[in-house]
Amino acid sequence: MTVIDNLILILNPGIFLILGGLISNILPLKISKTLNIALPLLLLVNLWNTDQGNHFSALFLGYNLELFRVDDFSYIFGIIFLIAIAVANLYAISATTSRIEPSASMIYAGSATAAVFAGDLITLFIFFEIAAISSVFLIWARGTKRSFSAGFRYLIVQIGAGVILLSGILIYTSASGSIGFNEIGIDAPGGLLIFIAFGIKCAFPFFHNWLQDAYPEATVSGTVILSSFTTKLAIYALARSYAGTDILIWIGALMAAFPIFYAVIENDLRRVLAYSLNNQLGFMVVGVGIGTEMALNGTFSHAFCHILYKSLLFMCMGAVLLRTGTANGSDLGGLFKSMPWTTGFCIVGAASISGFPLFSGFISKSMILTSVSDGGHWGVWLVLLFASAGVFHHSGIKIPYFAFFAHDQGLRPKEAPMPMLIAMGITASLCFFIGIYPDFLYSLLPFPVDYAPYTTSHVINQLQLLMFSALAFAVLMVFKIYPPELRSTNIDFDWIYRKGLYTLITSLGKSIKYTEDLLFSVTSKGLKILMAFVHLRFASLNRSAQTSIVGNALVWVLALLLSLLVLAYSM
Amino acid sequence: MTNWLHHIPILIVAVPLISAPICILFTFGANRKAAWFWTLLVSWFAFLCSIYLLNHVLENGIISYHLGSWEPPLGIEYRIDLINAFVLLIVSGISAIAIPFGRLVVDKEIEPDRQILFYTTYLLCLTGLLGVTITGDAFNIFVFLEISSLSSYVLIAMGVRSDRRALTAAYNYLILGTVGATFFVIGLGFLYMVTGTLNIMDLSDRLTHLADNKAVHAGYAFIIIGLALKVALFPMHVWLPNSYTYAPSLISIFLAATATKVSIYVLLRFLFKVFGFSFDFIPLTLTFIFLPLAITAIFFGSVGAIYQTNIKRLFAYSSVAQIGYIVMGIALSNTIGLTAAVLHIFNHALIKGAIFMAAGCLVFRVGKLTTYTIRGLGKEMPWTFAALVLAGLSLIGIPTTVGFISKWYLLLGIMENGWWPIIPLIVIGSLLAVVYMWKIIEAAYFFQAPQDRAPVKEVPLELLIPLWVLVGCNFYFGIQTEITIRIAKEAATILLGNSP
Repeated sequence: MTVIDNLILILNPGIFLILGGLISNILPLKISKTLNIALPLLLLVNLWNTDQGNHFSALFLGYNLELFRVDDFSYIFGIIFLIAIAVANLYAISATTSRIEPSASMIYAGSATAAVFAGDLITLFIFFEIAAISSVFLIWARGTKRSFSAGFRYLIVQIGAGVILLSGILIYTSASGSIGFNEIGIDAPGGLLIFIAFGIKCAFPFFHNWLQDAYPEATVSGTVILSSFTTKLAIYALARSYAGTDILIWIGALMAAFPIFYAVIENDLRRVLAYSLNNQLGFMVVGVGIGTEMALNGTFSHAFCHILYKSLLFMCMGAVLLRTGTANGSDLGGLFKSMPWTTGFCIVGAASISGFPLFSGFISKSMILTSVSDGGHWGVWLVLLFASAGVFHHSGIKIPYFAFFAHDQGLRPKEAPMPMLIAMGITASLCFFIGIYPDFLYSLLPFPVDYAPYTTSHVINQLQLLMFSALAFAVLMVFKIYPPELRSTNIDFDWIYRKGLYTLITSLGKSIKYTEDLLFSVTSKGLKILMAFVHLRFASLNRSAQTSIVGNALVWVLALLLSLLVLAYSM
Repeated sequence: MTNWLHHIPILIVAVPLISAPICILFTFGANRKAAWFWTLLVSWFAFLCSIYLLNHVLENGIISYHLGSWEPPLGIEYRIDLINAFVLLIVSGISAIAIPFGRLVVDKEIEPDRQILFYTTYLLCLTGLLGVTITGDAFNIFVFLEISSLSSYVLIAMGVRSDRRALTAAYNYLILGTVGATFFVIGLGFLYMVTGTLNIMDLSDRLTHLADNKAVHAGYAFIIIGLALKVALFPMHVWLPNSYTYAPSLISIFLAATATKVSIYVLLRFLFKVFGFSFDFIPLTLTFIFLPLAITAIFFGSVGAIYQTNIKRLFAYSSVAQIGYIVMGIALSNTIGLTAAVLHIFNHALIKGAIFMAAGCLVFRVGKLTTYTIRGLGKEMPWTFAALVLAGLSLIGIPTTVGFISKWYLLLGIMENGWWPIIPLIVIGSLLAVVYMWKIIEAAYFFQAPQDRAPVKEVPLELLIPLWVLVGCNFYFGIQTEITIRIAKEAATILLGNSP
């Protein structure tokens, strides 16, 4: 009985969202769409009034699971996740007609939210996995062949990370006896595995490819939703368990810097945004790596703002994709004439991501930068500065410029549908609101904030950076040296894994290639033989009932009897 | 009142045994429905009895019931501890849920004039399985084992109406089953020759002083191999796939969920209680014979399942793999491993019961089940397929299902022994399960229905309700794990403990 009572009293909003997602599959489309927007908002109000503490524990496999832990860390993430899913569902009203998509997005967002409020590693793992599985449907819902295979690759990476996470948790709990989702540290037994699993979900360099591969292949609204949850959940998990781990500073710096090059040459504007997503995550990872109160505050507030402006940008590109059928920079241009509102919102998003004063990015990113310089990491500080300039370059200028201005392609699509405009409008005003009234966000942060964003030096510093970056873009455009937007499928980072290795080291290239070929042919031949054997052996199982096999079985029985007898007698 | 309850241990076996001949009497009125109803009543009676017994054992400890008030070891003793009370619950529980499901499918699959005989034989089979589990007498085990086996040969052969290959399947099972039973009884003969007793408790007492006796060693080898054959441990599993495939749906459900489980129980009883660790070579047998066979079973069964096109056969091969997991738990021979084994006996009964029930629903509508004939059925029979997919998730071992619980304990047990290299094998085994489940999902949801098949309707509620009850159990016991884990843990402690 108590179980049922408890289940009703359980307040983890994520579980409600998952249930809502399941129900919305059965309800009439109109009702379910309303529910999808209303439910997160209701839960948001509910969460706002929830006290801190562990609100629900359950005994499972002898472990005490904490299913709903509200504290300084989980509170802010819960709030932004609920806002994000409500806005995204509003956006999705006119973006999709499929049944599976709204329900998958609710389950996905719900499990991400539930994972945020998880107080132990087992709950975290379970919801991480549900999130991984439900999110792939947002990619598959696009219905193209490309999206199908991209979805599969995505699923393999996510499940692989899940397996690593589970093994890490197993080792960690069996060594420490605790399943608490708290400070773990990279040196703890199993700590490295958990770290890697979070890292994959967080798109660390060399593990990042699933992101640029899959997100742009999702549906119009699917990309918006995907961009908000998985990676931010990983940031949250890192902040909880690995705050202050030094290596994160360097990983983060690398993450912030290298996607810029790819973003500059990429043609698909949604993929550009995916690269810039990676770059923004880099800032947060640096913040986690520094691990001071201000750095964590910066990370959390940056995650908060980032979810808003990144979904805003994805929404704008989604609207473009919906109306024109393409998001390739080379096919777009001049859209501002017929899509003025979308253009305006896109510029707000671009200003926010670039960190223009008065927009949300400015008040959060500068916190991370200040904490970096306070910690004396000057090298990292410079890298991040370069990355900031790069962000402005590719997200702040390239996206709006190529989509809405540039050379007019003569496209005159209709303005985005009304629900989309409303969703974009709300998000854009939130970006602006936070930018001019940062105290609202600062009051949600885990640690007391002693930081004023709008000092003269901060503003001037930032403006200088932005102006020079804009100048660089302008110069490159005027002299036509800017890498042209070509209609090509762009070189991606996984290319580096496969071929870049021996084009870089051409001197050793031939011998490496030879060895690799040899190894490859040997392994592939071995695999072929193995498969042939398996096939030969097992395909015959398909035949009907045979009497001859009984004889074989009896031989086996006798052999085993004999071996057991020998074993028994030899003792 | 209390007097009557005192006799429950014998009634749970005697009532099904006596009701079998009574059931034949329904032939005179040719009243098939009455025969079904009679079987239903008996099954539910047995189920209630087993609940009572389990409760009683949990509260008051071991029950020892003396038949005809003859004192053991001379008289026959029914001895119920936590382990066999749990297995009794599994057997009678599956029967209690399968029979309500059975009426329609039996009506469809068995010739009308044979249906009453079918229920009679079914009751005998139930008697045999319950008897094997409850008795504390080694020879009694053999007798009941033969009752259950002989009746199951007949029951499998009754699948002949849908596919004549049921006959060869039953014949193969008959040969191998008889070999197994004979080995078992030869082994018992050796033990009896040396000890002069057949009572299990007494036997185990006397054997502690006979650890060096060669006749006992021979008896040990015969008994273990005989039982392994009944368990269908790889490579002695060949009778299993065809039997499960061509048997009538009801029998597939019942046998897949209970028959091998009962044999595993007897194997556990003999390995750990009769012989126990006074024999040095038991750990050796477990590590060097059972463990490799269990691992091979997992891979052979799973890969074999992937290659099947017949759906029932596919799940039969998956059963071979699942038996591998149980035997691996036994081979670990630590408390957690045995807990996993006992848990998986229960959990696998729930999983395979649900899966074969879903298969029964499909047979009811489609007839022959192959990956071709079920194409597109996901839309036409949504409830059945939803149940099948959920049960499949449990088979794979997704968290919140029972399958996850057993695998979790199995992994913990492996870690306790420090056998790290085996862990990836378990994970790969689960992935193979994903592959063969995906084959079915793909066929049912992603392919168009074949042209030559008429559209089909969802099965009636009479079939759906038992199916969903079992699926619900898969999730209920996957979340609410206290009871099952408590029982399994205590059972494992009993098995490994020195106390009787």
